[in-house]
Amino acid sequence: MAKQLNIFVDNKPGRLNAVTEALAQKGINIFIFTIQDRGDFGLIKLIVDKPEDADEILRNKGFASALKDVVLVSVKDKPGNLHRLAMALQEKKINLTDARGTVLSPSNVGLCCLEVDDIKVAEKALTKAGFELLAVNDICHC
Amino acid sequence: MKKETFWDKKIETADRKILDSLKLKQLKRLVGYALRTVFYKSRLKAVGISSPRDIRSLKDLARIPFTTKDDLRECYPNGLLSVPMSRVVRIHTSSGTTGIPTVIHHTQKDLNSWTDLVARSISATGAGKQDIFQNMMTYGMFTGGLGLHYGAERVGMTVIPMGGGNTRRQIQIMRDFGTTVLHITPSYMLHLYSMLSECGATLKDFKLKKAYLGAEPYSEDTRSKIEKMWQIDAYNSYGLSEMNGPGVAFECVYKTGMHVWEDVYHVEIVDPKTGELLDDGLEGELVFTNLLREATPLLRYRTRDMAAILKGSCPCGRTHRRLSRITGRTDDMLIINGVNVYPSQIESVVMKMPEVGNNYQICLEKDGALDSLTVKIEISSRMFQGDLGLIDRLKERIKESLRASIVINPRVELHEPGSLPVFEGKAKRVVDNRIKI
Repeated sequence: MAKQLNIFVDNKPGRLNAVTEALAQKGINIFIFTIQDRGDFGLIKLIVDKPEDADEILRNKGFASALKDVVLVSVKDKPGNLHRLAMALQEKKINLTDARGTVLSPSNVGLCCLEVDDIKVAEKALTKAGFELLAVNDICHC
Repeated sequence: MKKETFWDKKIETADRKILDSLKLKQLKRLVGYALRTVFYKSRLKAVGISSPRDIRSLKDLARIPFTTKDDLRECYPNGLLSVPMSRVVRIHTSSGTTGIPTVIHHTQKDLNSWTDLVARSISATGAGKQDIFQNMMTYGMFTGGLGLHYGAERVGMTVIPMGGGNTRRQIQIMRDFGTTVLHITPSYMLHLYSMLSECGATLKDFKLKKAYLGAEPYSEDTRSKIEKMWQIDAYNSYGLSEMNGPGVAFECVYKTGMHVWEDVYHVEIVDPKTGELLDDGLEGELVFTNLLREATPLLRYRTRDMAAILKGSCPCGRTHRRLSRITGRTDDMLIINGVNVYPSQIESVVMKMPEVGNNYQICLEKDGALDSLTVKIEISSRMFQGDLGLIDRLKERIKESLRASIVINPRVELHEPGSLPVFEGKAKRVVDNRIKI
């Protein structure tokens, strides 16, 4: 299990800049980021090295920020591996509310970040299927 | 010469003396009804009126304190009812400033006199039983729909009770049934025109002759524009639910101001600050007393509408004085597509939600000819859970509660804390970017 930062921002230029500025000043390292556009507002989602600290930094600056549990999973970079992961989730009827993934090192290792309703069930299913679960700090060693 | 039609020529052209003696008789009767309510009983007693006999001339009305919208709210729901509920045949409400509406009860006789005044108004425009009348005002609690509906039926017009919205169908019905008279808001009339080509219609497809325009303020220029584009006569209409609804004042064929039906409505123009009576020709707040009321007697009701009584007489021969266009409000009430909305109604909905932060903004724009309302709301950083589903549901909840409270569908935008303008002192939460029509 890992903690993700969700930050509610206005959908207008400069908001990512404001968030990253606040975090950069305090030396927070960002591993993954995505932005969801919802019309009038957007959601910035970050996986960072110190999620609790980052959350506090942002809240103190007046941002609407919250920590959310996500599943971080290491996936070998090999054809058919995402399919294997999807099968493991489907078997337990686990619905993804959001997900992102990338290859960290070609033909070696990839990383998936999954948002699901029931984290425990998802983690159990993935471990059983042979996937390695990660904590945020493991990303540095991938 | 214009063709004159009267509904009740004797009353409409009666000289002042006859009108005044009739009004005095009605006023005594009205005070009798008012004394049956707890609210007026103590209020009238305080100024030495404890029986209709204490009213000796129309001037005695000036002794009676004004009745305000707040008084109506404090009397909610039945505090101003002067007859047993079994005699009440209909209830209308209108928007209050805080979510508590103002209520008007009607007896059969109340409805009858209202309908008669609307029939009188329609007749003054030269319309009659040969006309096909399409009513595009909203039916229901809003008095614009039902008020004109029954008046038009009484005149003997063919009534098409369309209600508001659904532009394509409105245009089709106008064409198929050869509608000759419309009742509509001026902005919807402009919108309707802009939709004609999209609906494959041209002016030649219609038999339209007249439109009754009301429920929102508009200028003489907008009237001319509408008359030219549609090649019709447009008549100004004024009313408010506290005084029944439409049919309080209406233009005749000369279109030089709205005749106030003075045998029923005692009209005063007062300085909104001091309450002092103003002479004809001077602009001030309109104060009305409906002299024929039974179920909900209201004495000297402050409308918060600004206007003037016009000097001089009308070529139509009616002796009832004419009212200018409504030039504004003494309060912050907004009129959005003909619907009355108080910013405080929106505030009380928005601030009830714990997920909402400290700041919000009410934005009004023109979307074509129609008004669009956007409520911008800052979310509370404390209550933010990071969940999109929760945010979507919050937005829906706010939208639904607003719709229930103000009866129109707003757009709701959620914004991050601290993003909306902050004010030192009195906040300016309403941003009205509509061009005045």
